Amino acid sequence: MAEHHAGEDGFVQPAHFAFDAESEAAIAPILAKYPPSRQASAVIPLLYVVQKQMQRTADSRWVPRAAMDTVAVRLGMPPIRVYEVATFYFMFNTKPVGKFHLQLCTTTPCWLRGSDDMVAACKSATGIAHFGETSADGLFTMTEVECVGACVNAPILQVNDDFYEDMDAKLTMDLIAALKRGEIPPRGSMIGRQTSAPVGGPTTLTTLDSPPAE
Amino acid sequence: MLSDKDRIFTNLYGQHDFGLNGARARGDWDGTAAILARGPEAIVEEMKASGLRGRGGAGFPTGMKWSFMPKQESERPHYLVVNADESEPGTCKDRDILRHDPHKLVEGCLIASFAMRAHACYIYIRGEFYNEAVNLQIAIDEAYEAGLIGDNACGSGWKFDLYLHRGAGAYICGEETALLESLEGKKGMPRLKPPFPAAVGLYGCPTTVNNVESIAVAPTILRRGAAWFSALGRPKNSGTKLFCISGHVNKPCNVEEELGIPLRELIDTYAGGVRGGWDNLLAVIPGGASVPLLPKATCDTILMDFDSLRDVKSGLGTAAVIVMDKSTDVIKAIARLSQFYKHESCGQCTPCREGTGWMMRVMNRMVQGRAEPEEIDTLEQVTRQVEGHTICALGDAAAWPIQGLIRHFRPVMLERIAHYKAGRSSPPMKIAAE
Ligand SMILES: Cc1cc2nc3c(=O)[nH]c(=O)nc-3n(C[C@H](O)[C@H](O)[C@H](O)COP(=O)(O)O)c2cc1C
Ligand code: SF4
Ligand code: FES
Repeated sequence: MAEHHAGEDGFVQPAHFAFDAESEAAIAPILAKYPPSRQASAVIPLLYVVQKQMQRTADSRWVPRAAMDTVAVRLGMPPIRVYEVATFYFMFNTKPVGKFHLQLCTTTPCWLRGSDDMVAACKSATGIAHFGETSADGLFTMTEVECVGACVNAPILQVNDDFYEDMDAKLTMDLIAALKRGEIPPRGSMIGRQTSAPVGGPTTLTTLDSPPAE
Repeated sequence: MLSDKDRIFTNLYGQHDFGLNGARARGDWDGTAAILARGPEAIVEEMKASGLRGRGGAGFPTGMKWSFMPKQESERPHYLVVNADESEPGTCKDRDILRHDPHKLVEGCLIASFAMRAHACYIYIRGEFYNEAVNLQIAIDEAYEAGLIGDNACGSGWKFDLYLHRGAGAYICGEETALLESLEGKKGMPRLKPPFPAAVGLYGCPTTVNNVESIAVAPTILRRGAAWFSALGRPKNSGTKLFCISGHVNKPCNVEEELGIPLRELIDTYAGGVRGGWDNLLAVIPGGASVPLLPKATCDTILMDFDSLRDVKSGLGTAAVIVMDKSTDVIKAIARLSQFYKHESCGQCTPCREGTGWMMRVMNRMVQGRAEPEEIDTLEQVTRQVEGHTICALGDAAAWPIQGLIRHFRPVMLERIAHYKAGRSSPPMKIAAE
C-alpha cells in the first residue's frame, strides 16, 4: 500500500531541513502527549508538521528526505524507521505536489454517485491526464484516494485538508476555476445541504427544544 | 419509529453549538461526578446490562470487554484507545460525532477510562478528518479548562488525561492492533493475537480499544439507565444505532434509529426511498464494504440488526447501508471494493497480500466478461482460502463481498461472460449516477 507514483518529472531533494519557529511551537505540545520513553509515537504528528511547513514555505505539502532525517534525530529513532512510516502512510507525499492537492474519492459509494464524472471534469479543468500527475502550472496534483469517510455526501473531492461534498461535473469545474482565481470556497456540501442530513433538511431531531444559541 | 426524545445524538447534523455550552444544554456532563462515584464495578455492570454491542463492526459486548481489563493497577498503566479511524467504505457516522457532538465522546472517554482504571486515553482519528480533529481538540481543551478532565476530573479525585492522535491514511490502522502499532510510531501492521490488548496493548500495557460510537453512547446509557437502552431495539441487539445510507437513494443521509428497524423502512422513511422506487432496487450492502450484499428479495423484509443480518449470511458491520439500483453494474461495484482491499492490504501475510491482488485481477476480468465460466468457482475457492487464514480480518473482508456477489449474482456474471464470448464487449455500461 501507499505506493507513491514515481514522477517522470524529476524533482529536487533539498539538502537540509530545519523546523522553523512556527513548527517548533507546534512540536512541544506534541511531544508532551507521549511518555518520555515512547517519543517515537510522535513520528506521524511530526511528519505532519513537516508537510505543513513545506506548504507554508514552498506551497507544496510534501516530506523531503532531509526532513525525515531531522524527525529521526528529534525523536531518537533510526532514520530507516521514519522512512518506513513516511512511505507506508498514504497521506505523506514523498515528492512535491501542487499547491492544491486534489484527492478524489472513487470507492464504490462515491462511484455509485458519479465519481467518474467528477474525475473527468477534474482532468479537463486542470489539464492533468493521469492520477499522480501535477498540472503544468504547478497548481494542482490529482490523486485517487479510497473512501474518505463521508459517503452520504458522495462524491467527495478533498482539496488539501478540506472536503468538498455532493460534487458533480459542473461543481467540480466551478471549484477548480475558483481555486485558479485564488478563491477558496467554503468546504462542505456544495449543494447547500445541512451536513449529513437529507436534502431538504433534517426529518429527525425536529421536535426537541432547541438548545440556546451560542 | 424512534422518537426524538430517545435519540442520543441530538446534534447529529451540527445545527447547534458543538462546544461545551451547547453540549451542556443538550445534557452532556450532567452529573458525571455522580456516575463516577458509583465506582468501576457498578459502571461495568450497568454497561453489561444495557446490552450495548460494539459499534465498530464486530458487535462484541462492550461491558464484557471492559470487564476483561485487570481489576488492579500494576506498575503497567492501563489505557483506553478510541478507534476514530472510520475507514470502512460506506461509513461516516463517527465523523458526525467527532465534529458535532465531541463532548459526548470526551465524557465517554473519562467514564470508560475510569471504569477500566486507565488514567490516560488516546483517540486515534483518521488523518483525513482534519476539520473533525480541530473540533474535537477544541472540546478536549474546553473540558480541561473546565476541570472536567485533568488532574481532578469532575472533582472526583481521578486524574485523567486525554490525547488526540491523527493517523495518516491507512485503512488497516482501523484494525485494533494495527492501530496500536501505528500509535507507537510504526507501520500499521496487525499483531498476532493472543496476546490480546487487554493483556498486552499500547506500550505493552493493558489496553482496551473501542469505537467512537460505543464510547460516546456510554454517558447517556449510564444517565438514563440500562433498562431504557435495552428496551430499545431487539433482544440481544439493543439500543439505538447510527445508520449511514449512501448510494442510489433519493436523499442519502445519516440517521439514528433503533436496531432492528426494517431495512425498507429505514430507506423509505429517512433516505427518500430508492431512486426510481423500491422496485428499482437491485441490491444493498447493509453494513459497510466488508459484508456480503443482499439481493432485493432479502431487502424486502430484512431487519437491521446483528443477528438478523448474520442469519442471511451478511452482517450489520458498521451499519453503513450502500444502496444499488437496477442501473448498477454490480460486478463493477464489487470489483471496485476488491481494488480497495488490494490497495489497503498491509502485505504482511501471504494469503492476503497475494490473494487480494489475484482477486482484484480476476474481478476486473469478470467486469469485462473476459473469463471462463468455471473461473467463477475458482474465484469462490480462492476467497475460501483467504478467509480465516490471515493475521487480521482484512483477509475475510476482502473475501466476503465476492462471495456475496457469486451467491446472489452468478447468472449476471455468466451472462457477462457469454456476451464477451459472443464477440461483443460487455453490455454498454450505464453510468451509475444517471
Ligand atoms: C481491517 C479492519 C479495519 C477496521 N476498521 C475499523 C475502524 O475504522 N473503526 C473501528 O471502530 N473499528 C474498526 N475495526 C474493528 C476494530 O478492530 C475493533 O474491533 C473495534 O475498534 C472495537 O471497537 P468496539 O468493540 O467498540 O466495536 C476494523 C477491523 C479490521 C479488521
Ligand atoms: S490479513 Fe492482510 S491486512 Fe491483515 S495482517 Fe495479513 S496482510 Fe496485513
Ligand atoms: S466512498 Fe467516497 S467518501 Fe466513502
